[in-house]
Amino acid sequence: MTEPVRPAPVLTPDTAFFWEACARGELVAQRCGDCGELAHPPRPMCPRCHSLRREIARLSGRGEVYSWIVPRHPAPIGFAEPPVVALIQLDEGIRLVSNLIGVATDQVRNGMRVTVEFAATAGGYAVPVFRRSS
Amino acid sequence: MFGRAGRAVAIAGIGQTRYGRREERSELQLAAEAAHAALADAGVDPADVDGLITYTLDPADEIGMTRSLGVRDLAYASRVPGGGAGSLATVYQAAAAVASGACEVVVVWRAINQGAAYRYGQPQAGGTFPVGGGTSSLLWCMPFGAQAPATWAALAIQRYMHAFGVTNRDFGRIAVLHRKHAATNPAAIFYGKPITLEEHQQSRWIVEPVLRLLDCCLENAGAAAAVITTLERACDLRQKPVRIVAGAQSIPPNVEVISNYYHEDLTVMPEAVGTAKRLWKQSGLTPDDMQVALLYDAFTPNVMKQLEAFGFCKHGEARDFVADGQCELSGRIPTNTHGGHSGEGYIHGMNLVTEGVRQVRGSAANQVKRVENVLVSSGMAGAIFSRA
Repeated sequence: MTEPVRPAPVLTPDTAFFWEACARGELVAQRCGDCGELAHPPRPMCPRCHSLRREIARLSGRGEVYSWIVPRHPAPIGFAEPPVVALIQLDEGIRLVSNLIGVATDQVRNGMRVTVEFAATAGGYAVPVFRRSS
Repeated sequence: MFGRAGRAVAIAGIGQTRYGRREERSELQLAAEAAHAALADAGVDPADVDGLITYTLDPADEIGMTRSLGVRDLAYASRVPGGGAGSLATVYQAAAAVASGACEVVVVWRAINQGAAYRYGQPQAGGTFPVGGGTSSLLWCMPFGAQAPATWAALAIQRYMHAFGVTNRDFGRIAVLHRKHAATNPAAIFYGKPITLEEHQQSRWIVEPVLRLLDCCLENAGAAAAVITTLERACDLRQKPVRIVAGAQSIPPNVEVISNYYHEDLTVMPEAVGTAKRLWKQSGLTPDDMQVALLYDAFTPNVMKQLEAFGFCKHGEARDFVADGQCELSGRIPTNTHGGHSGEGYIHGMNLVTEGVRQVRGSAANQVKRVENVLVSSGMAGAIFSRA
């Protein structure tokens, strides 16, 4: 029996850059090419200055656990064990939905410092996941 | 608002089908039955309907409704975004259409038949989402195992629990309250079936450490509808009119319906705060003027966050407010007197509307005494129903 495979991200014209960077092992976010505002989730227009110029900003990959849960039932598709789903507050000030890996459920704490890694998905893509910072 | 700018507006009729676990007929049929019942309740000829409003997610089609009801000359049709969170926007937009003179008689409805073709509680791994659900960023959740509504909601709620030391047992008191009210509501799916807090605590985890099975709304089938017209016309109809004195939608920056992770402080519900601000301003009323609150509950914690957003208690104090019995029929603000979505049934917010009308009319199964004003909130939208 093969292990369940994590579902692939769905790429859209406004989001493909994020997942393509993950496949290269880079955590990035959209940055306005004019005013420098970071935006996540990505969007076609800067909400601050209405520029359509988009840059890709490389992020530090460091942050902390803002909130977390474990989905027990029904079992999520593509996971052998229920993952810890966490909202990560990145040091750059944006939040990402992700997974916390390598931490027992009873050890997870809000505010725990974490660092990014990447996990493979179906279809040859990768997604950012986080491990407790050493 | 309605009456000061434009014509005064009222709900003249309500209708519903039986609420059950599953039905063998189409959502269009359920919608037509509920709408017909609401029109009969009001004493309005279905041919005279000139406006139809439902949710973007509703499977019953407007043309199908006009054909089924025999609507002679439909002048206005629209759909509101935000799923259940937007549900009260149907009433708000119907009231605005009537107040402005765009319509004379608007029917709002929601028909749902989960299990036949879809179950909201089941995980989905990818694909696309129709626009208008109010959850534009679900694609950012799927590859991480956050694949169903309970999971999406719980991820934000855990921050609230962390901030105020709230536990799942605290949420359980809402579940017990809903089932207590449902137990004495003959139309409720859980009529005659109350639960204890211990039974809640023994129900299985859906999302640890936030939601157990008994915190979740039902997967079920049924439809509900209401008829909105001018207060003047409603006064000549069959039922005592229920005036809509305020109505509002509120979608603040970076707020989403359920994958609601991107606004500043996840311990507050900015959309409900915005709805509250508009309703209190429009009506000149305050939380102390309400005798009943009907608050949308996809999951029990939503009730606590709305109690705080509307000012029935302070931020972070809903746990104690509920534990003190303030949401009971005998409490300061009787809440979800029909049994809510985990007790009466999950008609996606439209059964908040029907209960609000019954409470103002004085015909509710769990009738609160001397009701003048009822707050009805689905978070991203709301209304105040009052005695005419």
